[in-house]
Amino acid sequence: MNKSSISSARKFEKVCEIMETYSYNKNKLIPILQAVQEEYRYLPEEVLTFIAISLDLSPARVFGVATFYSHFALKPKGKYIIKVCDGTACHVKKSAANIEAICKRLNVTLDKNTTPDMLFTVETVSCLGACGIAPVVVVNDVVHPVMTPEKVVKIIDEIYKKETANELSD
Amino acid sequence: MNYPINLEEIKTGFEKKKNLISRRITVCGGTGCIANGAMNVYHEFINLLKSNNLDVTVDLKSENLKSGSILMSESGCHGFCQMGPLVKIEPDNILYVGVKKDDVPEIIETTIINNQLCERLLFEEPSNGKTCRGDEDIEFYKRQSRITLKNCGNINPNDIDEYIYTGGYSAAEKAYLRMTPEQICEEITFSGLRGRGGGGFPTGKKWQFAKAEKSDKKYIICNGDEGDPGAFMDRSVMEGNPHAVIEGMLIAGKAIGADEGYVYVRLEYPLAVKRIKQAVKVAEEYGFLGNNIFGTGKQFKINVMEGAGAFVCGEETALMMSIEGKRGMPTPKPPFPAQSGLWGKPTVINNVETLATVPYILNSGAKTFRETGTTESPGTKTFALTGHVANTGLIEVPFGTTLREIIYNIGGGVKNSDGSIDPKGFKAVQIGGPSGGCLIKENLDLPLDFDSLKSIGAMVGSGGLVVMNHETCMVKIARFFMQFTQNESCGKCVLCREGTKQMLALLDDIIEGRGTLETIDLLEQLGHAIQKGSLCGLGKTAPNPVLSTIRLFREEYDAHVVQKRCPAGQCNALMKPHIISELCKGCGVCMKKCPANAISGEKKMPHSIDEKLCIKCGACVSSCKFNAIAIGA
Repeated sequence: MNKSSISSARKFEKVCEIMETYSYNKNKLIPILQAVQEEYRYLPEEVLTFIAISLDLSPARVFGVATFYSHFALKPKGKYIIKVCDGTACHVKKSAANIEAICKRLNVTLDKNTTPDMLFTVETVSCLGACGIAPVVVVNDVVHPVMTPEKVVKIIDEIYKKETANELSD
Repeated sequence: MNYPINLEEIKTGFEKKKNLISRRITVCGGTGCIANGAMNVYHEFINLLKSNNLDVTVDLKSENLKSGSILMSESGCHGFCQMGPLVKIEPDNILYVGVKKDDVPEIIETTIINNQLCERLLFEEPSNGKTCRGDEDIEFYKRQSRITLKNCGNINPNDIDEYIYTGGYSAAEKAYLRMTPEQICEEITFSGLRGRGGGGFPTGKKWQFAKAEKSDKKYIICNGDEGDPGAFMDRSVMEGNPHAVIEGMLIAGKAIGADEGYVYVRLEYPLAVKRIKQAVKVAEEYGFLGNNIFGTGKQFKINVMEGAGAFVCGEETALMMSIEGKRGMPTPKPPFPAQSGLWGKPTVINNVETLATVPYILNSGAKTFRETGTTESPGTKTFALTGHVANTGLIEVPFGTTLREIIYNIGGGVKNSDGSIDPKGFKAVQIGGPSGGCLIKENLDLPLDFDSLKSIGAMVGSGGLVVMNHETCMVKIARFFMQFTQNESCGKCVLCREGTKQMLALLDDIIEGRGTLETIDLLEQLGHAIQKGSLCGLGKTAPNPVLSTIRLFREEYDAHVVQKRCPAGQCNALMKPHIISELCKGCGVCMKKCPANAISGEKKMPHSIDEKLCIKCGACVSSCKFNAIAIGA
């Protein structure tokens, strides 16, 4: 067995475990996909097909659900997911300038939103319900209040610094 | 623990423990305050209290609770997120705002040990600079009537005993032991409670329809998919008082004869998900959920499901599709969920705030509930007040309160972009998010309720109030909402899917200077067509922000298409930057910044911009330190 097939066998083992916790209940497709994405940071195509067969659903149905909800990603996401809130409150407080600054700093666009080194993915979200401290930017699960273009760039620079330090110590 | 649970016993037990406490320090643990570092403040308090040899406890249930201890607790959202992290000290009745970790030693030294006030951490009224000691002194709180939010920010959301101590689960007990389903439905109908999720449908009626259906299985769904940008009432209730939501669902379950419920929460609210899940677990341990509720042999269980990021799932039929594990697309009504809902069974779907209000109604009676609010819209409503206003946050006011009261008294006035308060700055309020409309100066004294808002073409919606100052371009705001609904349209109805796309393109034409008067007419026509040709609320209301801004700010649209001018100076393509020669010092900064080399001039002499070369990027405007570059026509 070569290396890649070992890793894909492991991949499916974890997926089976997840489906097991939901008793292979097809009604629980969304929580299952959420748990799988939590594990791999995205939904690999072969995993989706595998889930479809295991739950006795058509692959089209599973792909349909995976593409309908914006939370699900069919492409791998970066290690750090930067969510920029562009809800009404953040928008009127100029969140657009933050989006622009982040994209410029990382050299990405909202369509091609992951950096080639797989470190960052930039997304906009419609409202995080933190309007009192608008505009907000969320990096993984940490909410950063009252952001400005200077502040977001500083956050990214700090992550880069941390990552380079980690690499050196490895 | 003995079953069924004796609420009185828990209350007296809690009170005894509470009386042992000398002081209580509550740190707000809502999303906003945590983002500002509330948890660091919380842990710093514990560490420093300990190192000062003060007895501190985080759990009233702890076995070796010493008399005179200080209780450190976390609360849900106070609603005053902008001033966070908030620290409340009782019984001194002090509210410190904007507390940082480094402020903790001073608070312990001054307030906890020496019983003095830290003046600099008190809230200062933005209007008159007066400092306020406790929340009762702050205009923002003083003018609200908090019923649904009463416990948010006051109790520890993770402590079920404290919820019971404040009267929690007594309404559910009453419903299960002493009321028939008919009586519950009648009481809620008589109270006049209307759905807080936006529609305003009478809750009691909804329950009666579901009760009348004969079925072996019925469901209660709590709709916590609060997707409207600019609204966070449901988040705060779920974070700050999750047991009230569970209790409301329990009561609804008894009323219609359901034995299972779902709480559908947005994935973007991780803390709300965590608190609700925790609360469900504890309620099960206490026997409020399970197979023998209050010893009646009745069953009720609650599942918590996280959404996956689709705004349309806030629509009830789409939400049910999502629970069933399908694409969240709406289905035609009838059949209504009350007849055929989740898996074809009769289902009641209520919003978080509605359900959290139910226990209050059963406890204090429908008559008392009707005493606040207006005849047709009784009770209170929470609004999320945001945008260009001095105090942003969550407020709860009786229906019938005017916009003027909300913006100027509770909100502390309208702010300019530089943060100063401008008495003449008010331009409009967007109410009801992407489904709602705008309210203008003329509407400031209109008593807000479901029907008054409908009569002027707006709606309560979920309750987001975004205040906008005179520097806001209404066409751009309309475009912002259009882009949102266009993005979130599920694609089922052609008019919604394609129509919103075309409306967005037309708005872009206007903003980018390609619009004509016909563009505006076309927008209106298309808007009406989408309203008629869409199945669900998303499509039916998607054109509202555009139609309402065209109606109220027609002159602004006209200026964009006829004079190619943006009166608020926000649309880049319509900018005509020119240098005011009296102010220009000839420093040359703008010349260096200009990417099109459109600026020329001698050193220390007023510069000028070549209109033909200018690409209207605005770089010169932001680079000028002397405000010498104007963007207006």
